[in-house]
Amino acid sequence: MTVPKLVSMDSPAVALTDLVKRYGRTVAIDGLTLSAGRGEVTAVLGPNGAGKTSTVEICEGFRRADAGTVRVLGLDPARHARELRPRVGVMLQSGGVPPAARAGEWLRLVSRFHARPLDPPALLDRLGLTDHARTPYRRLSGGQQQRLSLAAAVIGRPDLVFLDEPTAGLDPQARHACWEIVRELRAQGVSTVLTTHHMDEAEKLADKVVIIDRGTVVSQGSPRSLTGAERQLRFRARPGLDLDELLNALPAGSTAKESPSGHYVIEGHVGPELLGTVTAWCAAEGVTADDLSVERRTLEDVFLELTGRELR
Amino acid sequence: MTAALDFTPSPGAAPLPRMVLAQAGAEVRSVLRNGEQLLLTLIIPILVLVGFSAVPLLEVPGRRVDFVAPGVLALAIMSTAFTGQAIGTGFERRYGVLKRLGATPLSRTGLMLAKTLAVIAVEVLQIAVIAAVALGMGWRPQGNPLWAALLVLAGTAAFSGLALLMAGTLRAEATLAAANLVYLVLLGLGGVVVPLTSFPHGLRTVVELLPITALTGGLREVLAHGSGLPVRDLLVLLAWAALTLGLASRVFRWE
Repeated sequence: MTVPKLVSMDSPAVALTDLVKRYGRTVAIDGLTLSAGRGEVTAVLGPNGAGKTSTVEICEGFRRADAGTVRVLGLDPARHARELRPRVGVMLQSGGVPPAARAGEWLRLVSRFHARPLDPPALLDRLGLTDHARTPYRRLSGGQQQRLSLAAAVIGRPDLVFLDEPTAGLDPQARHACWEIVRELRAQGVSTVLTTHHMDEAEKLADKVVIIDRGTVVSQGSPRSLTGAERQLRFRARPGLDLDELLNALPAGSTAKESPSGHYVIEGHVGPELLGTVTAWCAAEGVTADDLSVERRTLEDVFLELTGRELR
Repeated sequence: MTAALDFTPSPGAAPLPRMVLAQAGAEVRSVLRNGEQLLLTLIIPILVLVGFSAVPLLEVPGRRVDFVAPGVLALAIMSTAFTGQAIGTGFERRYGVLKRLGATPLSRTGLMLAKTLAVIAVEVLQIAVIAAVALGMGWRPQGNPLWAALLVLAGTAAFSGLALLMAGTLRAEATLAAANLVYLVLLGLGGVVVPLTSFPHGLRTVVELLPITALTGGLREVLAHGSGLPVRDLLVLLAWAALTLGLASRVFRWE
């Protein structure tokens, strides 16, 4: 069944401009600007304390921004909460369910708040919780609690879901099950904004990654545009090789560095030619290049470059 | 994993009555399932009713059960609308349940309606059980049941306001302790089983302004003496309701 949309599909899922949020004298969000496209998966990536949860909670209408504009599906969550609540699914980072409530009952209750919800038993089944339908929330494992929260976020068939650290504390199998749901949501036209501090999660799932640090966006774009098309050649060898000599032999625009000691990284147009030049040079120097590999930069590398710090 | 689900967006809020009934049903279930809550809402009032009606522990005017039953009804109302609701809501706030519900189509007004409905449903159950036990012990209620119902509703509003004021401002553990303490103090002071005539005059003037005293006194006027509407008691309850609900709506913190 199609339902007439109150707001045109043109407005982005989320558009934040110059957002500021302070808690007392701490500035949690410091002039943050980002947008999340309709029907896309947007991953907000950053270390703990970067302002991810504050940002998401402002979008969800739980908090008010001190400055800046917030638009969710084209609406202001502070002023249009009533219109937005049915259209936005929310998965909190933790809690939100009465400890004594049984999993199946809680999901059925949330489903009753919606006009055309998914079938609660079918959703429980999909998330592997059927055997725990009668288990009180407090007796579910951490992963089961997370999955129940995810189920409650999507049961109302929302336009947009906010998932705050959806896979934190999950075992690999449960993480993949969660990713599968996110991919399915995307395939069926649901917009997703998720926060994470797992690079692989952002790289694998997201159409767009927004890297935030200290309350502000340090970079955003598709995972590919952030990591770049460029590949790297890495190898280990004895420390102190004369890289200037190597650079002379490489095509112009290539870079070579030793970091840390004994670990070499060559960047540039990494093709068969470059590979051949490097190995020939190694042979001439009489060194064996160990762990020689050609790989793409990871978001971890990007984050490190942008902030000078490790993500975790 | 099993069959694919249709996640295609089709958002919409359910009609308000359906949301409110669903939430009220969940709240009633959680009360009836909770052992401590049942102790508070049913078992203690019935023990007080049976104990004080059967055993001449205190000198009371008139027939013992006719004096005690209205007091126990008031106690039951207080235990559900005030103590149970304060503790329940306090922990809902602490566990982020109020926050999470705030992200569903159920509005805060809807949630408050559901809580009111759930409290009234539990009270109806309490009144039925307590009345049955009291009638079995020879209780002969007088007066107009409508006046009694009006007092019960006003009392419920006053106690709910007090409960939400506490649950919305204090930490959950503090609410738990304070709600139980207030319950015990009001049980002792409010004329539930101890007649106000046994208090010194000064204390009595103060005590008469408490919501539990007004509810107990008003119910006793109607049910034991067959009086008309006890206007003074009703006004005391309505004043408490206006004060506490007004204050709670300003200071209540949802998380």
